[in-house]
This record gives sequence, C-alpha cells and structure tokens, in this order.
Amino acid sequence: MKEKSVLEMRGICKYFPGVRALQNVDFTLCEGEIHALMGENGAGKSTLIKVLTGVYEKDEGQIFLKGLDKPAAIHSPQDAQNLGISTVYQEITLCPNLTVAENMYIGRGKGIGTNWKKMNRDAAKILKSLDIPAEATQQLSSCSIAVQQMVAIARAVDMECKVLILDEPTSSLDDNEVEKLFGLMRDLKAKGVGIIFVTHFLDQVYAVCDKITVLRDGQLVGEYEIEKLPRVQLVAKMLGKELDDMSEIRDESLAYHAADESENVIEAEGLQSDAGIKPFNFHIKKGEVNGFAGLLGSGRSECVRAIFGADHVTAGTVKVKGKKVKISKPIDAMKQGIAYLPEDRKVDGIVGDLSVRDNIILAQQVLRGFFRPYSKAEANKIAEEYIKLLDIKTASTDTPIKSLSGGNQQKVILARWLLTHPDYLILDEPTRGIDVGTKVEIQKLVLKLASEGMSVTFISSETDEMLRTCSRLIIMRDRKVVGEISGNELSQSSIMSTIAGGDTE
Amino acid sequence: MALSTKKSAAAGQVQKKRKKITDANLLLIITIAIFLIMYIGAMIFLGGGFLNAQNLFNILMQQSALIITACGMSLVMITGGIDISVGGVVALVCMSCAVSLDYMHWNVPMSILLALGIGLAYGIVQGFLVAYLEIQPFIISLAGMFFARGMTTIVHTEPFNVENEAFTALKNTRIIVPGMGNVNRLGNYIDAYINIGVIVALIVVVGLFVMLRWTKLGRSFYAVGGNRQSALMLGINVRRTRFIAHLMCSVLAGIAGYVYFLYVGSGSASHASGMEMDAIASSIIGGTLLTGGVGNIIGTFVGVLSLSTIQNIVSSVGLDEAWWTGITVAAMLCLFLVIQSVITSRKRD
Repeated sequence: MKEKSVLEMRGICKYFPGVRALQNVDFTLCEGEIHALMGENGAGKSTLIKVLTGVYEKDEGQIFLKGLDKPAAIHSPQDAQNLGISTVYQEITLCPNLTVAENMYIGRGKGIGTNWKKMNRDAAKILKSLDIPAEATQQLSSCSIAVQQMVAIARAVDMECKVLILDEPTSSLDDNEVEKLFGLMRDLKAKGVGIIFVTHFLDQVYAVCDKITVLRDGQLVGEYEIEKLPRVQLVAKMLGKELDDMSEIRDESLAYHAADESENVIEAEGLQSDAGIKPFNFHIKKGEVNGFAGLLGSGRSECVRAIFGADHVTAGTVKVKGKKVKISKPIDAMKQGIAYLPEDRKVDGIVGDLSVRDNIILAQQVLRGFFRPYSKAEANKIAEEYIKLLDIKTASTDTPIKSLSGGNQQKVILARWLLTHPDYLILDEPTRGIDVGTKVEIQKLVLKLASEGMSVTFISSETDEMLRTCSRLIIMRDRKVVGEISGNELSQSSIMSTIAGGDTE
Repeated sequence: MALSTKKSAAAGQVQKKRKKITDANLLLIITIAIFLIMYIGAMIFLGGGFLNAQNLFNILMQQSALIITACGMSLVMITGGIDISVGGVVALVCMSCAVSLDYMHWNVPMSILLALGIGLAYGIVQGFLVAYLEIQPFIISLAGMFFARGMTTIVHTEPFNVENEAFTALKNTRIIVPGMGNVNRLGNYIDAYINIGVIVALIVVVGLFVMLRWTKLGRSFYAVGGNRQSALMLGINVRRTRFIAHLMCSVLAGIAGYVYFLYVGSGSASHASGMEMDAIASSIIGGTLLTGGVGNIIGTFVGVLSLSTIQNIVSSVGLDEAWWTGITVAAMLCLFLVIQSVITSRKRD
C-alpha cells in the first residue's frame, strides 16, 4: 500500500448471472482527497460502491484499508461501518417510520440499551451545525426528500469515518443545499477523510474533486488528475470514444432529410414530468427522424416518456397536428397515433408468457377495445404478415415470446406498434443488446418508415447509429435540453462538445 | 392585550403538539377512543354486568392467552412477517402439558418448562426458515399450524380434564383486587378478582411495550419492518432481527398456551381454534400494519379488549349465535382497515 492512501481496491471482479458487472477494477483513494467516480449508468460505479460497503460480496480481488495489515474482510454493511467506511446511497436508505435521531444512530454501537435523551440531544446538535431544518424527534417520513437526504449525510458524517462514500447524494438537493454539502466535504477533506463522490453532474465534479476515476462497461478506463482531464476528454472517456475517431464523417447516403415546409406532427411546449426532467420544448415534422442524445441517465427516455404519458406529466402542453390534446396516460397518446417502443423491453415491453401472436396484437387490441376481440384466425393472419415483413425468426405464432432471442423480441414489439399505424413512432434504444445485422435492419426500416411519411424519434446510446438515421438531434445534459444540432453540423465531435458543455477545449 | 398574547402562545403550542402526532399514534388514539366509546356505551345502554369492574376482569381472564399471542403476533407483524401457527402451538402446549401432568405425573414447574420448550423449538425452526432461508413466513407458519394440530392429536386424541392437585390449586388461585368489588342481590359484598394468567399477560404487555419503544432491538424491529433494505444499509443485522421476532412470537405462544391451559384446565385438539386469526385481527384493530413498520403493543392490548367487548355486547343483547359476533368483528375490522388506509394515503398527497 502506498503511504498516503486510505483505501486500495485491487483487481475487483463481480459477476451477476449473465453479466460481468466489474472486471479487474483497481481503485485508490488517498487521505484528504475528493475522488470522483465517473461512468455512464451501468458502467459499474454503483456495483463497485456496493462491493466496498458489503452490500455485494466481491467474487475476486482484495480491499486494503489504512491501518490494517491484511486485506479487509467486508461481508455486510455492518462490517464496512465498523471499518470506518460510511456511505450515503443514491436512493435514500433510511427508515421512514423511525425518528430523525433514530435514523442517525440505529445500527451503530453495541449493547441493547440506549440513552435516548443523549441521543436526541446529540442529533439535534448535529442537525443544527449542518443547518438541517428537522427536529431530532420528528418522524422521518414527515420530512421532505431533500431533508431526508441531508439526514443521511449527517449520519454518515457523524460516524468516525476514514472513507466517506457519496453515491449521487445531490440528485434531490437544490443549489443551496449542494453548496452546503460541498462546504462539508471540504471540511472533512481538511480533516484527512478520503471521499468518494459519484455523480452525473459534471459541473459538480469540477467544482470539488481532486481526482477522477472513469469506469466503462465494468472496466477501469483510468485514473486522472482533475486539471489534466478537460470535460470533453472526460465525456469521451465515459462514452469510450477517443477524440481522434470523433471526427468521423457521417454516412450521407442513408440519412433522410425532412422537407422543411411540412407541418409539425407533434409539438410540445414546457413539458415536464414527475420523473425529474426540466421543462423542455419539442417538435417533429412529418417524415422527420430526430433523436435525443446525451449520456445515459441524462433524461432522454424521460422526455419521450413524458410525451407518451408514461410518466405523470406535471406541466406543459402537447399539440398533435396543431391541435392541443391532453395526454395523461399512454392510451391517450395511442389514440392520437403515437407509439412508444420502451427502453427496457423486458420490463415495459414483452409479456413473456404470451405467444408472439398475442404480443403483436396487444396494442391494437387495446385501441380496438376488449369487447371486440380479434378471432384467432384474424390474429394469426396479422401476426404472420408482420413476422414476414420484419423477418422475425420464430418457430410459430404460438411460441411464447420469452423463448425468442433479444433481437427478435424487439422486432415483435416493433410489430406491435407498427400494427397500430402510428403517425409518430418513438423508438427508445431499439437496438440495445441485439446483433449488428438486426441493428442495420432496424435503422433501414426507420428510414423507410420516415420516407413513407411517419415521424420517428430514435434514441440510442450509440452516437454513430443516431448520426446515420437522424437529421436532427436534441442534446440533453443533467435532465435538461442543452442544445440542438441538425443537418450538416451533426458530427461526433459537435455532439460530444455539446454534451460536455462549459469549456470545450 | 396580555390575554390575547397568552392565547396565541397557547395556540402555537397546540399547533406544535398537533404536528407531533404521527400516523402510528393517531391509529392508537382512534383504537382507544373506539374501545372507550363502545365500553361506556355498553355501560350506559346495557347496564347490568357492564357496570361491575368484575366484567372487565372477566374479559381479561378469558382473553389473557389471546393477549399474549396477539402481542407476539404484533412483534412479527412489525418486522413485516406473520405467524399463523400460534393457535396450533397453544393447543399443542395444552395437550402436552395435560398429558405430562396426568399421565406422566410430572410436577407443575416441569410442565411449565415443557410449554416454554415447545414454544422455543417452534421459534427456532420457524425463525431459522424465515430469516435465514428467506422463505415466506406465511407458508412456514401454515405448515407449522398443520404440524401443531396434527401433533396435538398424536399426543392424545380424546379431550380430557386435568386432575393434578397442584395444578388445580394453581388454576383456582384468585387474586383479589381491593376496592373494585360489588354488592350482590343478597346484599353481600363480593371481592373482584383476577387470576394468574392476567398477571402474566399484563407483565408481557408492559415488558414488550418497553422493549419495543426504548431498546435498540425494539427499534430494529421497526426499522426492519419499515424498509428491510434500508435497515440492512444502516448496519442492522436484518436476519438476526427477524429471527428474534419469530422466536419471541413462538415463545410467547408457548407461554400463552400455558395461560390458556390454566384457564380451561384441559387438553383438547380443538382448543384455541382460530386464535391466530383473532390475534391478527386484534393487532390490526390495535393499529399494527400488515405491511410492517407500524404497531404498538398497547394498541394490540386494546385491540383484544375491543374484540372481546364486541362479543360481550353481542351476547348480552341476546344475539347469542356465534355468527353475529363474526359479523360484528368483520364490520369492525373493515372500519379499521379503511381508517388505516385513509390515514396512510392522506400523507402521500
């Protein structure tokens, strides 16, 4: 172990059924250092944190802590706490049915008895010193989410810790509270505590951190000094693109440009939902293909979910073909000719035990009403037609959809929505986890549909895929629309620099 | 002027106090209020027995076993579990103790140990299966219930009364409650009394109340029931906590079994049938949420009293048939569940 480091993780591996969540990841944290852990969603940040805090058991690798001469054995959150690792998790992990003070002290220390008066007094003191507007004896559920998050931070800070982990602690805090948290982090840093800071907000990373470790697809990309890694570089590292191959020229031959004079099929103004996106405007013309670009978790899906009414819309208006409509649930959107292929087909898309046929006719059946069911023969005919059209590989129309491969499942869901003959089709990550051949097929199909007059929004994590299909991209960062790029300005580097924002050296 | 400032200060205090009433406390207050209204109503409109303190003591004596099982049930429900084997355990304890006293000629302390042993064994097995193997508590305790009922019949098939002298003496021990007696029709003063079971039940109630409210273990029960994942992240040993809850519930069922045995003085396979359901109903009436995390032993105690007061009222009105009791209890449960869901959903808005 190096002299100044408080924590070293070496060769950490973690496997989940079918997934390698972490592969041979190293991580070093020094005394009095704020260390950002960066990566897209699913890059393995949270898994690494959970291994460190004993929520998951690592499959391979070793963890060294300062003051221990042998690798630390961390098998439960209790162990981690006892070793001086305290954590504030992304989602609030407190018990809403206990009081604020109990939440700060439960699970710590030994013995059965508690000095309740002292506990409440101590808690009140800490709450006051951190300016948290809560009373020690108040039930936690009666506090706002932000206050609850601050209580979680207070708990972590109060423990005599050597390592403090903050896993996206700022997502529910306002600017003032974030500033307060940063002040606290700097104080602790001065006391020699090592802090691991996980966040999606690039601004915050550059505001407080000293070092950055980047993960991608469960692997370590590298550890960098903050001054030596400008934002664009950081985004490139997270996305896995080197700056050099970002200037790649897009394939003009495939892209289809919408005629500028055609009418807006969908027009949204100031749309906002309870999924936490900032109000945004959106429009799409007939026959246009556009897309949302941004890091995973930047709010791309939330935008289209708001348009489709899949999340609860809290503000804003939607016009369909110039007419104002109210969309409060998916069925309203479907009736307006909007179709949405969801991001997570396993959760929101397929009905695993139903046959391919039933999965295809599902949405159309809903539109038609349940009292006018399709006969089996009709349904079979429709299913056969789409199986042929999209070249779905299935044994028969009776096969349960869960036995199909991912790509074919995706095509079945696509068929489901095409059957409703939508004017506006939203495809959220339609190519995730499917093979290259099918990806190209789907891209071609999108362009073909657009040329037939359908408007399509295409969302993908792979920027080159979007460059090939979309004529206009809306760029998202931190749940906010930050820019729009269209036509000839579209390129890897223009997208990257818009995502990174700020200094675009 | 001075008066008005005083008033506003008082108003401010009231507001502050009102803020402090949590959902759990509100449920408890409603339960107690309904019980009092019911009992006082019965005193006013039905008079007779309800005016005597002995009537309340009779309820306590009849229900002391149920009070103990319901307390155990509440513990498990607070951690988010359930245990429907308690009625079976009570019957098994009665029968085993009866056989041990009359056929095997054990003495009374030995039979008490036997009762505790049965409860402990049940608790260890069920607690282990639920907490460490993470099997649904409903399924485990369902199996436990069948097993207990079956074992009861295997221990002894025919119901019989215990004739052991030391036991009968203990069973007939009356503890006089001074100053609560009444004068009967002949003009003689009759002392009010309770039995040993009531004492045991009250000790259990007070002990568990203190445990749940002021000890770390008690608060861990609430934490685990409130959010198991969070409790784990807060450094609570969730498995051990759930194990202890089930262990305590079964041991309490063992104790309740002996208290029941003391009251009825016999062993029978049909003893305490449906007691687990009464225990669940009492817990719910007392403000314990089936989803866990919320509950109060005092509430459970009042819940048992409410349940038996209903039965008492129904029978003294002359509707002696069992179904009337059932229907009234059902109506009351519905009322409480509606109140609970209104209170918990109100907060979300």
